[in-house]
Amino acid sequence: MVSEEEVLRIAELADIGIGKEELPPFTRDFNAILDYFAVLDRVPPGEGWKAGIANVLREDRVTPSLPQEEVLALAEAAEDGYIRAPRVM
Amino acid sequence: MTVPIGMEAGSAVRETAGSGLAAVEGGRETVIIGLEVHCQLNTESKLFCGCSTDYRSDPPNTHVCPTCLGLPGSLPAMNRRAVEYALLVAKALNCRVADEAEFARKNYFYPDLTKGFQITMYNRPLAEGGYLDIEGDGAEKRVRITRIHLEEDPGRLVHMGTPDRPRYSLVDYNRSGIPLIEIVTEPDLRSPKEARRLLNGLRTTLEYLGVFDGDQEGSLRVDANISIRGSERVEVKNISSYRGVEKALTYEITRQRGVLRRGQKVERETRHFVEARGVTTSARSKEQEHDYRYFTEPDLRPLQVRHWVEGIALPELPAARRERFTAQYGISPEHARTLCGELRLAEFFEQMAPCGNPLLAATWVADTLQGELNYREMEIGKVPPARFRELLGMLCRKEVTDKAAVEVLRRMLDQCLKGEEVQSPAQIMEKNMLGKTAGDTFTGIVREVIAECGDAVRDYRAGRGEALNFLVGQVMKRTRGRADPKELTRILREELEPQGT
Ligand SMILES: [Zn+2]
Repeated sequence: MVSEEEVLRIAELADIGIGKEELPPFTRDFNAILDYFAVLDRVPPGEGWKAGIANVLREDRVTPSLPQEEVLALAEAAEDGYIRAPRVM
Repeated sequence: MTVPIGMEAGSAVRETAGSGLAAVEGGRETVIIGLEVHCQLNTESKLFCGCSTDYRSDPPNTHVCPTCLGLPGSLPAMNRRAVEYALLVAKALNCRVADEAEFARKNYFYPDLTKGFQITMYNRPLAEGGYLDIEGDGAEKRVRITRIHLEEDPGRLVHMGTPDRPRYSLVDYNRSGIPLIEIVTEPDLRSPKEARRLLNGLRTTLEYLGVFDGDQEGSLRVDANISIRGSERVEVKNISSYRGVEKALTYEITRQRGVLRRGQKVERETRHFVEARGVTTSARSKEQEHDYRYFTEPDLRPLQVRHWVEGIALPELPAARRERFTAQYGISPEHARTLCGELRLAEFFEQMAPCGNPLLAATWVADTLQGELNYREMEIGKVPPARFRELLGMLCRKEVTDKAAVEVLRRMLDQCLKGEEVQSPAQIMEKNMLGKTAGDTFTGIVREVIAECGDAVRDYRAGRGEALNFLVGQVMKRTRGRADPKELTRILREELEPQGT
């Protein structure tokens, strides 16, 4: 069970301000999501993840990157080729 | 992880457990330092995507793709060479490679990460339990390596506004996803000087392995854990240069000693090193270790590469090369240490071997050349080996005095710096009249002119300064312009001094 304090802590870490009235619904949602994933805990461990497939590697070869305009278009704000982020310090 | 507090062999340490009093060793408190060193591996492409790592001279955000931007639906694909490089380092640092290593997600929110997490290794690192021997005061000192792991470099932030009042940040993700190797030491270091030596040792080793270029800006970053025995541990982050490490640690020791002297307690905290001001400032980090919510990276398979290690051939490492240099060339251990302390310097020295006198070459490369390079903040790579070898050859054959050779060297380096073609030592000597023969020749001509131009000589001695210009002109004519007028004026003045006074 996730508590309201834990939700508050996560919000703080993510720099998201949430109001007092939002706490109960967020806590409910958190728990609902975790309950949903708890189904996975009941899946028997087996063939997939622990099947011993290891060392999936690619060769060290350069492939094209995206054009700068395309990258900056993804951002809310850009300046001199940089992506502009709100004050973080 | 806590810093173990224990007795060191052979040291007279009195512990006052839990009292917060610093232990005293030889009249001073024992300083305990451990480092976390991050080095960029010089692969062609990034750790989990094909973007080029050669980004330094390019505009921001031009070496990025959906994977290193963390766009939805993208998947990481692990770079084989990065793993091989990390294994080389693990072997060179005498580490045990894990049977199975795996990547984990370290979750935190900061704009240098696009995904909201950094892919790193956490409780299953690639290798553990190694060591590196460094130069100690007197004997060599063994520094234990706790662990080695791979991780992706975050993006680079530029804070706009003033340091006290930042307004916003600019982000460049070209660096995001560059492979980093993190090397963590045990708290075995006892002074900023030792920390610097360890760092130099790591740099040299990684350069000998060919996996790292320490000259690249920002290729190295260090976090240091530092405490005065009996007190809390402080983590200093954000050190990004070799000199910075010594500076940051020295500052931090002074600060902690000051706190203790005032009868206060050193607080356990994270501090930032501000390179420009040479100080550390308290950085209230909101995350505690458990806030990172580490978990296995589900998009990557584990690594089972321990058996690769036997197949890896290590190149000659610094310690072996030092021994070979003393044995093969008969040079002093001190010279061997200086020369082998930098891969390019060691290679440069070996290129000088054909000059026929290794002892002379060692002195000139390790002492004279190094000194002149440091003075100019110049790299050895800029010096043309052939020209330097010619100079050494002339020294061997005693065609040039030590003093003149230093002058020639300085002029050669200045030509390198200006991007001019470097002249041969003989040309430089002649042009600047540094050679014995050249100087004698000019003095001879000067005497000739003095003997032949009696009128001008009388005028000069009578106090008519312009007569000197005439004499200089006469000598210049006879040397066909080869002489430096300033130097000629000096010789002329000397020769024109009334004798016997
Ligand atoms: Zn990419």
